Amino acid sequence: MSTAVHGAPAIEAAGLVKQFGKTRALDGLDLTVPAGTVYGLLGPNGAGKTTAVRVLSTLIRPDDGYARVLGNDVVRHASQVRSTIGLTGQYAALDEYLSGRANLIMIGQLSRLTARAARKRADQLLERFELTMAAGRAVKTYSGGMRRRLDLAASLISHPAVLFLDEPTTGLDPSARALMWDIVRQLVADGTTLLLTTQYLDEADQLASRIAVIDTGKVIAEGTPAELKASVGGRRLLLTLAAESDGAAAAGALAPFATGAITLPNGPSRLIEVPVAATDGLATEVLRVLDNAGVKVSDIAVRGASLDDVFLTLTGHAAEEKAAGDSKEEVPA
Amino acid sequence: MTAITALPAADLTTDRKAAAQFLGDVWVLTKRSIARIKNEPETLSDVTIQPVMFVLMFTYVFGGAIGVGGAGGSYHSYLIGGMLGMSMAQTAPGTAVAVVSDMSTGLIDRFRSLPMSRAAVLTARTIADLITQAIGAAVVAAVGLAIGWRITTSPGDAIEAFALALLFGYAFTWAGVCLGMVLRSPEAAQQTGFIIFLPLTFISSAFVPTQTMPGWLQPVAEWNPMTALAAACRSLFGNPNPATAVHAWPEEHPELTVVLWAIAMLAVFAPLAVRMYRNKNR
Repeated sequence: MSTAVHGAPAIEAAGLVKQFGKTRALDGLDLTVPAGTVYGLLGPNGAGKTTAVRVLSTLIRPDDGYARVLGNDVVRHASQVRSTIGLTGQYAALDEYLSGRANLIMIGQLSRLTARAARKRADQLLERFELTMAAGRAVKTYSGGMRRRLDLAASLISHPAVLFLDEPTTGLDPSARALMWDIVRQLVADGTTLLLTTQYLDEADQLASRIAVIDTGKVIAEGTPAELKASVGGRRLLLTLAAESDGAAAAGALAPFATGAITLPNGPSRLIEVPVAATDGLATEVLRVLDNAGVKVSDIAVRGASLDDVFLTLTGHAAEEKAAGDSKEEVPA
Repeated sequence: MTAITALPAADLTTDRKAAAQFLGDVWVLTKRSIARIKNEPETLSDVTIQPVMFVLMFTYVFGGAIGVGGAGGSYHSYLIGGMLGMSMAQTAPGTAVAVVSDMSTGLIDRFRSLPMSRAAVLTARTIADLITQAIGAAVVAAVGLAIGWRITTSPGDAIEAFALALLFGYAFTWAGVCLGMVLRSPEAAQQTGFIIFLPLTFISSAFVPTQTMPGWLQPVAEWNPMTALAAACRSLFGNPNPATAVHAWPEEHPELTVVLWAIAMLAVFAPLAVRMYRNKNR
């Protein structure tokens, strides 16, 4: 409905604190999201991502700190904030018994569209999200991917300038996930500011132009994906050995290059992974040393750190491993 | 692909007055609840099949054993006033269940993130339930007519009786909304609703005259709003009404008692419910 003042951040938060009983879900969260960008909030379950989104979308009040969306305070000017945002939560926020089209029209009218405008916009969105065929069916008959798409369409019905997507692809199969990614990319092309939470590192890497890594309710690192990777420093050397039996010899020869633990071939992969410092001529040097040791190499690659490495370095634990064991305890009852 | 542009003012209702926006939101959401009933008509069984069962069971199983306190007339003529009250009050647990179910889905979060009226979601729920209660009242009257119950007064009196019943029912719906806001699961709402609304219905003159109850229980039954509604309906329909022999204020002014109870309940439960909705999860 309204667009951000040029140059001003679309979302800014400082020192946000939210306590649920003994759990400090947000512990001084700071955030600045430039207008017209996709901003990723990356962290494991329980890190505070959902709580942050709920504060920014006016659903819950912070205990301390402040947040503004397009310059409006989320507590004092909550109704202005609501008229400029769209929210897609982790669970499809739809009426199961209404058709897809009826859901969109209802949400459109509640978003202050006239009935006529809501119908027109609903039909546009159904077509854009490939749901026209299912438009007349009750939502309870929809697949998971269709629900997410309809849910996202519902968040877009009033052309929000700022959109919150809370784990938009959690639980989706790869093709549904790819479709969601496409939709997100189109939205950015339209100029929407998007705050996206995810526990998938590749998703943040693929979609977000800036990322805040959060853990235990605080931002522990912030920057572009490239900056975050660079902040970890080193690179990784990937070697595929010609013969599996050369693993030990190769590891011995590579030990002087390693800046951390060497990952040896696991099963028939013949792949050795070595964390190394970024130095010129590294690959040539490595090949010479391995040749001297009589180890034959079929493939060699040096790549920059992945977001996985970033996450591991920053938090001391891998994102997705921890996430797998956790329940979704972030959403307060 | 449409770029983000401000929507044309003609497509928006933002210039409407707050009251018009509130009514618009309530209407949109009431339509949602009605669509649900159309989709699953069995959700209406508590106001369609159940009252028929109760009227028939009370009339033919208990009816012969229950005297109507020398007021003259048959039990089925006496019963319908009370049955009307029961069919109003017993929709409240259903209201609580619907509210708990709604609250536990993401849909309420969406509503709370929209620039819509805060009171509209709950108000629409109560309007939809009022429609349900009107259907229930019609069913009770129809089954009553089928077994020989008659209205012997003027149409104006009869309309007043139904209006009082629906006012009473509407006030109970807001109590049901509060219950739904407090409880955490539909099962808990169903059971708690049953525990509250069953004694409320039975410790009253809905099915038996209060004079037959032990002395310590009589004041409870006499001040029960259900007793006042049953007495008001019986008197307005021209049915046997043993309450006229009871010398207690509510029995002497049954219609006023119903209105006062309804106003008091609405004044307490409606703002409380909206407040709880507003502060949910804060």
